[in-house]
Formats: sequence, C-alpha cells, structure tokens
Amino acid sequence: MAPALEARGLVRRFGAVEALAGISFAVSAGELYGLVGPDGAGKTTTLRALAGLVALDGGEARVLGQDPERGGVRERLGMMPQQYSLYGDLSVAENLAFFSRLYALPRAVYRARADRLLALTRLDRFRERRAEALSGGMYKKLALACALLHEPEVLLLDEPTSGVDPVSRRELWALLHEFVQGGMAVLVSTPYMDEAERCDRVGLVHRGRLLEEGAPRDLVDRYAAEGRPGRHGGAPDFEDLFVARVEARP
Amino acid sequence: MTAPAVVARDLSRRFGDFTAVDRVSFEVERGEIFGYLGANGAGKSTTIRMLTGLLAPSGGEARVAGHDVRAEPDRVKGAIGYMSQKFSLYLDLPVAENLRFFAGAQGLSGKARDARAAEVLARVGLAGREGAVTASLPGGARQRLALGCAILHRPQVLFLDEPTAGVDPLARRDFWALIRELAAGGTTAFVTTHYLDEAEYCRRIGLMVDGRLVALDTPAALKARWVPGQVLVARGRGLDAAALRRLPGVLAAEPFGAGLHVRLDPDRIGAERVAAALRGAGARELSLASAAPSLEDVFLAVVGGAAQEAAP
Repeated sequence: MAPALEARGLVRRFGAVEALAGISFAVSAGELYGLVGPDGAGKTTTLRALAGLVALDGGEARVLGQDPERGGVRERLGMMPQQYSLYGDLSVAENLAFFSRLYALPRAVYRARADRLLALTRLDRFRERRAEALSGGMYKKLALACALLHEPEVLLLDEPTSGVDPVSRRELWALLHEFVQGGMAVLVSTPYMDEAERCDRVGLVHRGRLLEEGAPRDLVDRYAAEGRPGRHGGAPDFEDLFVARVEARP
Repeated sequence: MTAPAVVARDLSRRFGDFTAVDRVSFEVERGEIFGYLGANGAGKSTTIRMLTGLLAPSGGEARVAGHDVRAEPDRVKGAIGYMSQKFSLYLDLPVAENLRFFAGAQGLSGKARDARAAEVLARVGLAGREGAVTASLPGGARQRLALGCAILHRPQVLFLDEPTAGVDPLARRDFWALIRELAAGGTTAFVTTHYLDEAEYCRRIGLMVDGRLVALDTPAALKARWVPGQVLVARGRGLDAAALRRLPGVLAAEPFGAGLHVRLDPDRIGAERVAAALRGAGARELSLASAAPSLEDVFLAVVGGAAQEAAP
C-alpha cells in the first residue's frame, strides 16, 4: 500500500537559503509522525510543501499517492497552520458551524462532532465567546477542533499545542491518538519533547534535512548506547538526544 | 526594608456575568522570578492586563513598583516592561531599527538612545546581527530581540506572558539564562508559561483555576503539598494507565512522554505490584524507576483535579 503522505527529496530555496535540502520521509495510514527540530530547521516549509502550498525547486510531495496541488486530494487532507484563520467576530460555536458548512457536513454529524470536540477541548463553557476574545491557547484549541471537524484521512498540524495548557495538551494528544487509531495519518510538528515521545515515529529535522528517524524509544535507546547520560544524571530522554544532535551540527 | 514589587489585594475583574479574576491576593518581592500558571482561560492574561495598567480592576487593588494600577496607570507603565506571546516587533525593519524605535517610544533620544540600544543588543546576544531584517531571524532570536525591546528603559518589573511559546528547547534555555541574569541584577520577573520544566526556574509559583488563585508557594513546597506519595516512572511498550488506576494505593497514573508517571501511597502498594499489574495488562520491556515529582504532576493534581470535579 502506498504511504498516506510522502516527501521525496524535497528541495526549496529562498534566495541563498536552502530551507529544504532534500528531505524525505513517509507516513502511513494510522500513523502519528512527529517532526522536531530547532527553530528555522524547515518543519513549517515541509508541512506547507506536503499541502501543496509551496512551489518546490526539487523532489516530489505525495498525498494519498497524488500530487497535493491537484484538486481531488484536497478535501481528504486537513491542515492546521501556525496562524490559523478563524473569524474573530464569530463566536466559538459559530466558527465551528461555519467550517462544518464549508465541509458540507450533515447537521446531525456536525452536532455530535462539535459537542464532543468542545467537551474535549474544554471550550464548551466558552461557546458564546467571540474568537478574537479567546486566549492564545483557547484559540489554538478551537482551530484544532475546526481542523478535525471533517475527519480528513490525512492531517497536517504545525505546532498545534503551542500556548495550550498542560491539561488540555494531554487531552488533545489523547484525541489525536484516537483519530490515528481510526486510521488517520497525522504529521505534526512540535517544540515539546514530551509530545515527540508520544509519536509512533519521529523525524529530527535540521537545516532542511532529516538527521535521524525512528520510534522515539529506539532513538533514545541508540543515544543511550553511546554512553551519554541524561541532563539530570539519570537515563537520557528525548530532550537530551535533541540537544546533543543539534549542538553537534551548529 | 523595600516594598514588594507587586502587591495584589482581592484583585477582581468581571466581564458581564463572567468573573475572569476572582479576589486574587499575592505579593512579589523585588528581584524575584514569579511564575503565574493555570489553564487557558483561567485568568492569567487578565491579571497581567490589570497589573500593567491596561485594564481597570472591577474590585480590589494592586500596586506595581509602588504605584496604584487604578489611580496611576501611566506611572505603572513607565516602571514596567512587557513582552507577550505575540511579540509586537516590526518584522520588516532591521534588528537595530526595532531597538531604536522602542527606545524612542520609551523617551530615549540621541546618543543615550544609541548607547542603550547597543548595550541591550549585546545583552540579548544579537551583537553582529544589527542589520538583519527581523522577519529573517529564527524564533529564538526574535524572542530575545522582543525581550531586549522590553528592557531598554530598565524597568523594575518585567511581565512576560508566555514568552517562550513555540520555541525549541535550546532557545528556551538561552532565554531563561537571560531572565535569571536580569533577576540577579534586581529586576522582578512575572512570568506565565505552559512549559512546566521552565517553571522550575521560578522562586515561587501561583496556580490559577477558574479565576481564583488556588495555590501559591515555592516549587518544592507545592510538590510536597499537592503530590504526596512516591512517584515512579514506568517506561516500556504497551503501558496501560487505566489498569493501574484501578489498583488500591495508586493515587494517579498519567502519561508523560512515552512513559507513565505513577504516584502511589508507599504504605499501601510497592513497585513490584505496579510492575506486575503493568505486565498483566500487556506491558513489554518494562522498566520502573523512582523519580522526583515534577511541576507537571502538581499542575495535573491542581488543575486537572478541579476540572474533573467540574465535569458533568
């Protein structure tokens, strides 16, 4: 079976800067794949390229086996960029209703999904609040709820939990795991190392390339086998690995 | 004796029927790094907007750097620095221009302005990057520039509202090293964050739940009060938290990264029974180690506990 999502040697230059320098990886249906890397590593450009929003200088992006710039695959793909556009003067409930119309969801399906997403994101008591009056974290949660509403087969999430509080962050990850178990392919970029550990596989991105890829546990085991202790003296964790790998290639 | 840098007494703010901040009282000492934590929508930003003179309280009072926020909001603004999750830098201007602009806005001019801008540039580690267009800076550098713009006028109190949101671990460490330097020089820092590992840098922490300040203490005291018992970290594959929660003596079992944090009452249950239960529920390659409780354990106990009580 073809992977749900595939980056094949993606190259993208911005002037003299090579934002993507041949990055390749694939995500299967029912897999949660995390992209981690320092600021400016090329995570956002990779996600945008896979959504067909970046003209590539080389390589190919594939979504469900197709070119993402072509029409057919767009409605099976969901994307939550870092700056997600909600309607500031519409309420939380109205934003959800708007997106459900955009996706032409039947009313009963919409109601059930919206209620569940509002409960899981703890936004139910803020239903009537205008989106522009939400805190940064609440806005992110609403954006994620809007992106999940049509339950796409492939979902791209660019730092979906920045600014989201620790309790909601756990709940959102539990929610993502549920969708993934239902067969959704999810590619997520995150600055949180504990979230990286919760992915099925992780790609460590630096300077537009993949430095290392695998199940987080395997990557940490491999790192520990190099005889490196963790920063607190105990066994190393994913953050120790991240810092060491990035610092080794400044 | 010096007066506290921040004093809040029964500080409240209502929006219509909604009470965003409900009779909050605390003091922050000069040179203290004070963490203000809570769930999204708990009232953190509303508190900061009142303390910075941007929003009038509906009840109670607050003094910042000795000035009453309601009666003298302009004096408050002159004595504080503010940096938010959405830094308001001019992205199309070079780094040095942003510093000169904010220095000018804070009343500096001529040579004094240029000298202070250069000093801050070095302080935040951007010397040599003066000419770079701000939009081209990576997130961590942009954030240090925003901090630089907030400290140009040598504020007594610095309000940092989620200053490190979305920034990678290396850049966050550099940022906190700067905050600690500033605090060592006498600047008071009032910080909100959702990264609980960095909240450990705070001398004291206040925890907000639904507009109320429900806990206020040092990280160590909060852990002793809210996370009693022993914490074990379970690592392995196929870890089932629900199976553990059913065991008598297990106080909590929460996923942390790929592992589980298990909190137990050592008088009622030991590590061997926890290991047996996890293996019985399908765990493989299991390892158990005792660990110090983290502030995330505290946050989950305080905020998660309150939220579960409120759930239908």
